Amino acid sequence: MISIKQIDKKFAKLTALENVSLELQTGKSYALVGPNGSGKTTLIKSILGLVIPTSGDILFNEKNIRHDWKYRDKIGYMPQIGHYPENMSIGQLFDMMKNIRGENQRIDEELIDAFKLYKMYDKRMHALSGGTRQKVSAALAFLFPAPVYILDEPTAGLDPISTEILKEKIIHERRMNKLLMITSHILSDLEELTNSMVYMFEGKVHFNNTIEQLKHETNEVKLSKALATFIRQKELVASVSEV
Amino acid sequence: MKKLLVIPFLCTCLISFGTSIPVGSKHTVKTIKQAIEKASHGDTLIIYPGVYREGNIVLEKRLTVIGKDYPIVDGENKYEIFTIHADHVTVYGLKFINTGVASINDLAAIKVLESNYLRVQNNKFENTFFGIYFANSTNCRVEGNELKSDAESEHQIGNGIHLWKCEHMTLDNNRVTGHRDGIYFEFVTESLITNNYSEGNMRYGLHFMFSHNDEYRNNTFINNGAGVAVMYTKGVKMIGNTFEHNWGSSAYGLLLKDIRDSFVTGNIFKKNSVGIFMEGSSRIEFRENTFSENGYAVRLQASCDDNVFERNNFSANTFDLVTNGTLVLNTINHNYWDHYEGYDLNHDAVGDVPYRPVSLYGMVIEHMPSAVLLWRSFFVFLMDRAEKAVPAITPDNLKDNSPAMKPYDFHKAN
Amino acid sequence: MTRVLKYILYDILRTRFILLYTAFLFISTFGLYQLDSDSGKVVLSLLNIVLMVVPLVSIVFSTIHFFNSYEFIELMLAQPVKRSTVFLGEFMGVACSLCAAFVTGVGVPMLLFGINANALTMLYTGVTLTLVFVSLAFLSSVLTRDKAKAIGIALLFWLYFSLIYDGLLLWVVYSFSDYPLEKITLVLIAFNPVDLARIIMLLQLDISALMGFTGAFYQEFFGSYLGIVLSTLVLFIWIVLPIALAQRIFNRKDL
Repeated sequence: MISIKQIDKKFAKLTALENVSLELQTGKSYALVGPNGSGKTTLIKSILGLVIPTSGDILFNEKNIRHDWKYRDKIGYMPQIGHYPENMSIGQLFDMMKNIRGENQRIDEELIDAFKLYKMYDKRMHALSGGTRQKVSAALAFLFPAPVYILDEPTAGLDPISTEILKEKIIHERRMNKLLMITSHILSDLEELTNSMVYMFEGKVHFNNTIEQLKHETNEVKLSKALATFIRQKELVASVSEV
Repeated sequence: MKKLLVIPFLCTCLISFGTSIPVGSKHTVKTIKQAIEKASHGDTLIIYPGVYREGNIVLEKRLTVIGKDYPIVDGENKYEIFTIHADHVTVYGLKFINTGVASINDLAAIKVLESNYLRVQNNKFENTFFGIYFANSTNCRVEGNELKSDAESEHQIGNGIHLWKCEHMTLDNNRVTGHRDGIYFEFVTESLITNNYSEGNMRYGLHFMFSHNDEYRNNTFINNGAGVAVMYTKGVKMIGNTFEHNWGSSAYGLLLKDIRDSFVTGNIFKKNSVGIFMEGSSRIEFRENTFSENGYAVRLQASCDDNVFERNNFSANTFDLVTNGTLVLNTINHNYWDHYEGYDLNHDAVGDVPYRPVSLYGMVIEHMPSAVLLWRSFFVFLMDRAEKAVPAITPDNLKDNSPAMKPYDFHKAN
Repeated sequence: MTRVLKYILYDILRTRFILLYTAFLFISTFGLYQLDSDSGKVVLSLLNIVLMVVPLVSIVFSTIHFFNSYEFIELMLAQPVKRSTVFLGEFMGVACSLCAAFVTGVGVPMLLFGINANALTMLYTGVTLTLVFVSLAFLSSVLTRDKAKAIGIALLFWLYFSLIYDGLLLWVVYSFSDYPLEKITLVLIAFNPVDLARIIMLLQLDISALMGFTGAFYQEFFGSYLGIVLSTLVLFIWIVLPIALAQRIFNRKDL
């Protein structure tokens, strides 16, 4: 569905992505993992066309996304931190998004209902707490049924009940044979929500396979343990090759 | 007032001494020419209403010509109408129209050559090349005439009242509009110009050269192409005149060029692009004049010296005073300046700090005229503020040391 | 485009600043009319506001607004919307609301006290300068990612066109004062929209008589059909060029 072909991204002095190649397939759910500054958000933004790679191509359904914008119709995106026009109310924000996507779109208001956001339709964005903003972001991401969902730290800042609601929604979508890409620092969540993992470190992809495979390779049962072992192995290999 | 009474009296005297010849279509004498031929010195011609087309009428007898209800004397766009060469002639109450236009001859409605003691009174002039023209004459009186013309350009029109080489002339209460120069004086001395109204003339409302010891009072000059020009003259008195709305890139309320030993008192300069522009002039006293809403109230060229500006009111002018020199030898004192920002601690109605009427930007554009394109820009504003705070470039001695705190009221009897 | 624009406009018009700006213009204009009944003089006093305050407010407000809407722009760009649509939508939104504030704040008192050619020219130059400086603000906004830096660039633009350029112009006039400069200065004026607006306004106010030969020359030029077309065109270029350049940069920019 999405093929990333040898993309590089350099900001001034910093190399954010280096020779990243990935094949993301429909029906799979990817956990995008890596320490802070490893290039996860840059990768997501590249897929969304918000960041333009220095070299390499990204194909969406075999079509290059450079100079294209219509493909974003097929992506539901939840940003890490949602900032919205301060003076707009929640209701207006949803109306606006519907308006922009076009009137004849199918609408999925499941999360709006579940989070009871319709009760706060008149509230202005500047009056919202961080958690409520996160709910709004999630509801917006799932407002338009799409074959691809990209969620950047979806559960950060949500209360436990809302987290569960969101997780259920994600799992539901996963069952609908969609492509999901989720970043999170909460590995237990990822274990529940995803089946494949992309591990990034210093702009490079160090692991890209199923979580089962990772557990198998590291001989661990829990994802967190497996990941820790994997990183240790990597560091060991690195130190050896340096000598 | 006394003069006004004397004139009709004189007229009656003249009429009573000579014979009276009526002229008109209903009378035996049909034309003015016939009447002049018939008449002898001291006679009076009474012209009855009608249109008289007689070409050029030459008058060389001492006659009084009186029009009844403004009979029309038509030059048919070809001729000069009256050419007078005789003393003691009076022309009263006629209407002159359509003189010829010529570039070599100064064709006029009334031309007077080498004659004395004439009166031209209460006549009307329409569409005349020159209106009233005097050359080499003395002791004449031009009074209550109305001159109107509407030419398109300067070359198609002569002056309204044109005097050349005359002495002891009096111009009173005439109205001149739409001529080249409203009133033109060249080599006219010891004369008086009072209560005239000159508006909308192509060039100058009053054009005045080599005319010493004249006086003009209470005249009004409005909206003339280039305002009023007084040049190469000494001993002029300009009192109580109004110079208004003489507006244009080369228009002046009053242009003084090479004038000496004169007085400019009690005049009003309002809404002129330049109130007074002076060049090569010295020993002129400017007192009790009002300068308001002019672009430049006074433009003083460096060639002027020993002039005195005292007790004048300056208000709402864009520039109060500009000069192109740094050494200034004129006296400026006790004037009221509305731009003055000083204070008066001892309440003697005189400001305690001197006022500098010349702004830095005013200086700059005198030296570099192109700099006007920065007019009213923020840069100029800051420049002037800076110079006001720390004067460095504007002439040091050009200042009013005792500026008045309140405008003078010149109309109050005192 | 209109869909995006609608919501951007809605957002900006609600901000307190636009209301304050409108009120400021309204009170100033109204006050000036109260102080002086001669509309020519009022317009002349307003000229200072139009030449100084309007560009300053336009450029600073637009830059700040752009950065405050940064995440919103990001959100929009994650939707199936063209970059240029979002960017031009933002531009139009800011430009329209600032113009509306200006026209309301200055125009309503003018309507109350009698509108004339002077007043209309003033509205025209004010709106044009607003557009030019919003355009420049968007350019300074895409030149850097840092809000403070962008505001710095914006202020520099303003300072340059309001002050520094005129200083340089005076220097040119001084250096070449022995030559006929009218045509050259006319070209130089075109390089500064503030100067161009000021000259158009001064000529409209019939005070060109005070500007001597230069004024007469300009009057003749700007009074001619060609002059009107050219000056309008130049101002139009001043609006279009910065925003077009900004758009180009924005299209390649990483968010």
